Amino acid sequence: MAGGVLVGLAAALLWRILGRIAGVSNILGAVVTKPGDDSAWRISFLAGLLMAGFGAVALIPHAVHFELQAGATQLLIAGLLVGFGTQMGSGCTSGHGVCGIGRLSLRSLVATLCFMASGMLTVFILKHLLA
Amino acid sequence: MSRAAVAFLSGLVFGAGLIVSQMSNPAKVIGFLDIAGNWDPSLALVMLGALASFGTVHWVSRARVAPLLAARFALPTREGVDRPLIVGSLIFGTGWGLSGFCPGPAVVSGTFGDWRVWLFMGAMLAGILLYRFRPGSPGPVHGQV
Repeated sequence: MAGGVLVGLAAALLWRILGRIAGVSNILGAVVTKPGDDSAWRISFLAGLLMAGFGAVALIPHAVHFELQAGATQLLIAGLLVGFGTQMGSGCTSGHGVCGIGRLSLRSLVATLCFMASGMLTVFILKHLLA
Repeated sequence: MSRAAVAFLSGLVFGAGLIVSQMSNPAKVIGFLDIAGNWDPSLALVMLGALASFGTVHWVSRARVAPLLAARFALPTREGVDRPLIVGSLIFGTGWGLSGFCPGPAVVSGTFGDWRVWLFMGAMLAGILLYRFRPGSPGPVHGQV
């Protein structure tokens, strides 16, 4: 839960000081489709994410847990779906799940229930019907 | 502090939170989504902690007219539950369940030394471009939560 509070406080910092939503899919979408248009803060935020990864690997490697089960083809399909779906649905786990629900947005609550449901259904099919 | 420095600090803390909570561990995420198997509900607490802490700050500062270093709060403009919101979120969730990656954790774990993360990220960027420049679209629009 402590990690979750860090995520929430980081999003609160961005909101309270810059007035922006820490939604990673929208930040990525704006950076790749509208470079130069107010993208300095977005690129800085993404650099912070990467620096957190590099820093953790270097300084607290025991806290870095990573196990990826999906194969290359599955990851390619998954990436396309995640990219396309988050743009169509205007957000992902951070923008809808954390910031959106956090500010009591009905749209974000519905979006979060939808991606949780299809995520659970997909895992059910993969692990219990096809496996 | 400049706007870029604040955004960098936010990303740094955000990423640290994802790593500490194991949101950046695909196997952990799959375990959270696997409600019919050996269900690991701990990430629900992580999400709850995140949205409660963000929600509290948001609630406390709701009377403010402007953030500290910008002219206004950039509130999402779209309103109402519509079809793209639902269909898009269902599509996203399918990819999330297939891989265990959502966008934030994917970026963070790009630094963990496994090339397959970048394969996922390349495909994710392609998916983003595919939607934003899809036939009949009015051109790239800034996403609104």
